[in-house]
Order: sequence, then structure tokens, then C-alpha cells
Amino acid sequence: MMGKRYEIQLAGEGGQGVVLAAVILAEAAAVQEGKNVAQSASYGPEARGGLTESEVVISDEEIDYPRVVAADVLLAMSQKACDAYFPFLKENGLLIVDSVQVERTPRADAYRVPITQIAEEATGKAVTANMVALGLLVGLTGVVSIPAIEAAVVARSPKGTEALNVKALHAGLEWARENRR
Amino acid sequence: MDQALKEQEGLLERRQWTKVPSLLRPGRYFMQGDEACAEGAIAAGCNYYAGYPITPASEIMEHICRRFAQLPGRVFIQMEDEIGSIASVLGASWAGARAMTATSGPGFSLMLENIGYAIITETPCVVVDVQRAGPGTGQATRPAQGDVMQARWGAHGDYEIIVLSPWSVQEAYDEAIRAFNLADRFRVPVILLMDEGVGHLRENMAVPAETPIYQRWKDPSRPPFGEAEVPPMPAFGEGAKLLVTGSTHDAWGYRRTSSPQAQQQLVERLANKILNHREEIQRTHRHYCDESNLDVLLVAYGFTARSALGAVRLAREAGIRAGLLRLTTLWPFPEDAVRELGAQAYRVIVPEMNRGQMLREVQRVVPHAIGYHRTDGEVITAPEIWAAMQRALRSDKKHVLEGKEQER
Repeated sequence: MMGKRYEIQLAGEGGQGVVLAAVILAEAAAVQEGKNVAQSASYGPEARGGLTESEVVISDEEIDYPRVVAADVLLAMSQKACDAYFPFLKENGLLIVDSVQVERTPRADAYRVPITQIAEEATGKAVTANMVALGLLVGLTGVVSIPAIEAAVVARSPKGTEALNVKALHAGLEWARENRR
Repeated sequence: MDQALKEQEGLLERRQWTKVPSLLRPGRYFMQGDEACAEGAIAAGCNYYAGYPITPASEIMEHICRRFAQLPGRVFIQMEDEIGSIASVLGASWAGARAMTATSGPGFSLMLENIGYAIITETPCVVVDVQRAGPGTGQATRPAQGDVMQARWGAHGDYEIIVLSPWSVQEAYDEAIRAFNLADRFRVPVILLMDEGVGHLRENMAVPAETPIYQRWKDPSRPPFGEAEVPPMPAFGEGAKLLVTGSTHDAWGYRRTSSPQAQQQLVERLANKILNHREEIQRTHRHYCDESNLDVLLVAYGFTARSALGAVRLAREAGIRAGLLRLTTLWPFPEDAVRELGAQAYRVIVPEMNRGQMLREVQRVVPHAIGYHRTDGEVITAPEIWAAMQRALRSDKKHVLEGKEQER
């Protein structure tokens, strides 16, 4: 449709950090690697809860339409999000779900990963689940390099939380390395 | 206006333009639309911001606040509400500042009385409205384009105003700069009409080495409210004796509230100082409009123009001669460009995130234009515009002028 496009959709509930995860991924691709990137999101006014979706489009060419048309990757952090955005995933697209939050997976070949649990084990904080998710996504797709995503995570981390977030990121990367099919 | 005076003003206008080095290091950036709008304002020399936070415009205020703290001579104030914000901006403008505020629909409604005051007092300022789904509080986080007519006609009385609508992060930056220059050039409030889709979008953009700046013309020896088409505007505190009133006034600012001539002269000059310079103000962009007879022409603006360009590419892949006329200036309405391209196209579609506000304006010059609307707080997608184009091409007669039919 518009040059070589790669479309990533992250979805979950407000407060899980899926928008921030998308911003970091976008900055890794755009700022660290100099690619053409568009990042957008759709969410409700709630600080917690409510269906939240964020998108990253990476392209070899200038991006005209900046939203997801048919996603190459969907990472779902809740059942609702998985149900709502699965229809936008390409037939051969990659589906990753947090198995702690998502009971029913619409496709048998989905990566079911206990993202929240991995976060708790790696950092003691469930709120780092979005960093684990980023690590998984990058580990399974290679859409950006590991140094790029590391640098982007550090750049967006509030002072004092850099090491914690990078640790969570690497927990995700490690799971991907061990379980990649 | 006599010819000598006109020439003198032309000379003067050229003298007021300068170029300054951009504040940000020139080069590529990855930025959010709201942030780019704030950076454009800063590059344009905005040195006064008064505002009240509101989704989806808050990031403009946050970014200005952070950046002003690092820059000398710039004032940021969070006001008690939007009425205070715009009032403060107008005062700052008369004190010589390049002043701005940013809001969304609910706040924009509150600002309109003072925007009318800015029009009659010819007070330059920039008002950003990052549109969200209304009316009322509506859906705070959802995109819409429902303020197109409010931006044009929201204040009372008979007037012309300048409204610009960026479609990208790059244009949020560029048009913010242009908004300040047009405001000072024509002594008029300029509305930068963004939408949530562009305001919250992050993408690549570039900062050029230099920024064009129009310096306000301040000559205190000439009347600040007449004689010249766009009169000089001295600042308070610099020696000029100034009378500023929202009532009808003469060239020196004296109230003339019973004079038919004064009223007519003022209203006509306020309108004509914009209308006589439409070419300078109107900015449109043609994408894939090279053929003289298009199958489908899309006319779009803001985020929806992104979807429209995506749809045009889909149509081109399917062998349809499709084009996009993109409006960056919404008001004064670029009717010549719309008429010219619209007349040559078999089908004309105006996609908008509203019930057809710009469609009616397009139909005024291109009667066979039809609309495509979305009012559910979701952006219009490229595939759905492409589907609408195919429907329009399949249906014969219904929306099409007889003359058009016969030509085929």
C-alpha cells in the first residue's frame, strides 16, 4: 500500500503502560535508528482501566497514513484488548498475549507469555510489565536493535528507575531468546 | 486606497520581514504534534503564553512551560480559566509581546468573546484549538473536526479571520510559525485549528536553519486604527498615546458609536485587510492532481487529509485517477483552488470528522461535491475513504450534476 510498512499494535487497559511502551519503541526506531516512524494512540479519559491502544508504524518510505491498517504484530495485555484488536491483525501476523491477563487466545499459534509474572519476578514490580512486553516484542521480531531499545528505555525512564526498566526489558528479551519458534 | 499609499505599504511590508536562526539545532527530530506546535511558536519568537490545561492540548502548555524556563525573557502563566487566558494574551500583545494560548473546544467556546474583541481592536495573537469530540465536554480524548465553523464564525459580528489547519507534526511546527507572522502582518487573531489526531501523533519532522519572522510595524506617528489597510501597532509603554476600545472607533481610537460611516469603514477595512491578501494567506497542496480530468478528487484537511492521501494511493494502485487537494488554510476559504480542481473532477468527496462543515463550503463552489463523515470520535481511516470512493464511482447520476453526466 505505502512502501514497505511494518505495523505494530499494543493494547491493554489504562495504567498498564501500553502507550509509553509504544512511544519508547517508536523513539528507538526513529531517534536511535533514524527510521521513518509514526506513533499514535487511542484511549479513554480514565487514569486506570478503559480500553487503551497504541500503534507504531515503521516504514522505508515517508508515512502518509500514520495509523495501523493491518497489523504485523499485536501485543495484548488484557482479554478485552485481545478481543477488540485481533480483527486488525494480519492473517500471518504475530500475536503475543499476557497469559496472566488473557484466558482465551483467538489463535493457536499465539505466543502466550506470563508477562506480568515475569515482571514481578524480574523486578518485584508488576508495573514493569510494559518493559517486559517491549523486550518480548523486540526479541521476537527484531524490529529494532537491542542497543536501540535499551537507549530508548533509558532516555524515557524517570531518574533512578533506568536500571529497573532495563532489567525488565532484558527479562522479556531473554524469554524471547529461549522460546522463539 | 490610492496607488501611492498602496506602494508605500508594499515597501513597508517587505521591510518588516527578516530571518533569524532557528532556536532548535537544525536537523531531524521525532516529536509529538502538540510539542512541535509549541516549538514552532518558540521559534517564531512567542514570548508570552497564558493558558489553562485541557485534553488534547495540554502538552502544548506543558512543553512551553518547560522550554520557557530555559529561555530568557519569556513569560508563562497558568491562568484561572480560558477567559482569563485569552484576556491576558491580548494585554500582552498590546504590551508588545508575541502572545499565544492553546485550548480545545470547551475552552475555545469560552475564549470567543475576547477573540471578537481582538478582531475589532486588531490585536495580533495566536489561539490554538486542538479539536476533540464535542459538543460540550464530549469525549475528551477522542479526535474530531467539529470546530471548523466555530473558528470561522464563533465571535459575534461581521468579520474575517485566519484559520490554519496542519496535517502533520511538521506542519504543526511550520504553521505555528506562519500563524504568528500572519497575526502580526494583518493584526488579527490567527486560529491554529489542530485535531487530536495530529496533536497526539508522533512522527519525524525537520527543523530548518532559519525561521522567517514578520516584525510588527510600530510607527507611532500614524493612526493605529485606520488610514493604512493594516495600520501600525505601537506597544504600550513605548511613548505612544493609545486608546484601545472594543466599541466602534475612528483611526485614532476615539469611540464613534453613532457614526454610520465609522462603523461601515471599520467593518469593511477589517474584512478587506484579509480578503485583499487571500493569495498570501491561502495555502493549499495538490497531491496526484496532475491529470486535467480526475475520476475522484478528495478535498481534506487536518488528520483526515492523511487518511485521504492513503486512500488516493490505494485508488492509484487500482488504476483510478484519484487526487487530493489539501487545505492548510481553512479560512479565508481557498475557493479558487477548490473551484478549479473540483470542476475538472468527475466525483468530489470531502471526508471530515464532522457532519459536513467544510463540505457545505466546498459545495458552494463545486455543487456536485459529496461528503463522507464520521462522528463517533474515531479517525477516518484510509481504507474506508477508498471504499467511499469506489461507492461514489459506481453510483451514477445521484449526486452528479446533469452537465457532468453529459460530458462523460
